[in-house]
Amino acid sequence: MPDATHIITTKLPTEFDRRAFFTKMGLGSLGIAAAGTILFSYEYLSPNVLYEPSAVVNAGKPESFAMNSVTMDVNSGIYLVRAEEGYFALSAVCTHLGCLTAWNQDLGIIACPCHGSKFTRTGEKIEGPAPKPLPWLKTWVSDEGDLMVDRSTDIPPLQYLRI
Amino acid sequence: MPMNANQMIDKVRGSRVWRSVFRSGTGSSTLHRALAIQQNIFLHLFATKVRKRIVRFSATWYLGTLTLGTFLILVITGILLMLYYHPSVPQAYADMKDLQFVVSSGLFLRNLHRWSAQLMVFLVFAHMFKVFYRGAYRTPREFNWVIGVVLLVITLLLSYTGYLLPWDQLAFWAITVGSNLSSAVPLVGGKIHFLLLGGNQVNANALLRFYVLHCVVLPLAAILFIAIHFWRIRKDGGLYVQQSEPKTQAIPDGALAAKEGQ
Repeated sequence: MPDATHIITTKLPTEFDRRAFFTKMGLGSLGIAAAGTILFSYEYLSPNVLYEPSAVVNAGKPESFAMNSVTMDVNSGIYLVRAEEGYFALSAVCTHLGCLTAWNQDLGIIACPCHGSKFTRTGEKIEGPAPKPLPWLKTWVSDEGDLMVDRSTDIPPLQYLRI
Repeated sequence: MPMNANQMIDKVRGSRVWRSVFRSGTGSSTLHRALAIQQNIFLHLFATKVRKRIVRFSATWYLGTLTLGTFLILVITGILLMLYYHPSVPQAYADMKDLQFVVSSGLFLRNLHRWSAQLMVFLVFAHMFKVFYRGAYRTPREFNWVIGVVLLVITLLLSYTGYLLPWDQLAFWAITVGSNLSSAVPLVGGKIHFLLLGGNQVNANALLRFYVLHCVVLPLAAILFIAIHFWRIRKDGGLYVQQSEPKTQAIPDGALAAKEGQ
């Protein structure tokens, strides 16, 4: 029966096409849904409002710091240094894995208790696993005459604040 | 007519209620004993028949079973500890101290949880070493080895997330250091760190996220993979039976010479 065979062979591709179309539609919809789920989850897991302390710290009157002194503010994790050249603020958070470093007055260095990184007073690395120097933080004097530090803004080193 | 203990047991096991629960029926024939394993939801994960020498202590040192034992202790003691612990910044540390000094048996449960956790990590490693040196990871058991590696990672993550919950200095700085490790991942490191802590620093969000991971997400993942792990033992042909060393004369001269030449 040549006619019957002919009908079957012409019908098969259309049937297959329709099936392939629905398969593609189904997989495509699932793909879009999966991408949406990933995006939705990422958005949900990222907090939009953080109840963390402000990045801006009021360090008080500049005159309260003695010449050539290093003052650590443990709560905000910064050093306030008054040098001959002027004032500067340094992050006290170790650039290795985020431990809080400490100023050693006798040795004149900043040292990290966790993995032994050591830094100079200006934040340069002396030794240890820390990959980067301690960053300098943006400082300015407010209208009230207070020394202000923005912990979220790094500045290039050796930019002293002269008052 | 008075019944002895065995007759009593037989009567209970023959009762309609018993038969409705345990459908395999009574009897000590091989078939009945096999059905008792096969038709039980918990036992059906295992093979109905095992070689006697493989259930000896010397074969596996029962390291996998002991690991499961510590896991069960951790689940039970963990649920009990949850009844007194609030995962919030003002309360977490005080609750941990209350568990130690105020709650009846709190110190015992907390120590049991802590020591079991240490022991579980040790047993997981011991189990993996034993499997490795026996060669039990080879075909057809490679996939179960991979499942085992996943379970190792889950175990370590459970340890890590649990470490923050006492909310003391050690916990805070350990998680600060540990979470900063994730920042080292190229490109997305900072994002992973932010999502893990729910912020930029170890704070209230981090405590709550670690609590949920420690008490819900990771234990459920562990139970799922443990089930697959046990089921695969049966599917892969039961516990690995160590082949006896091939006899010297069984090795062809050429092969031996080639081996020595290497």
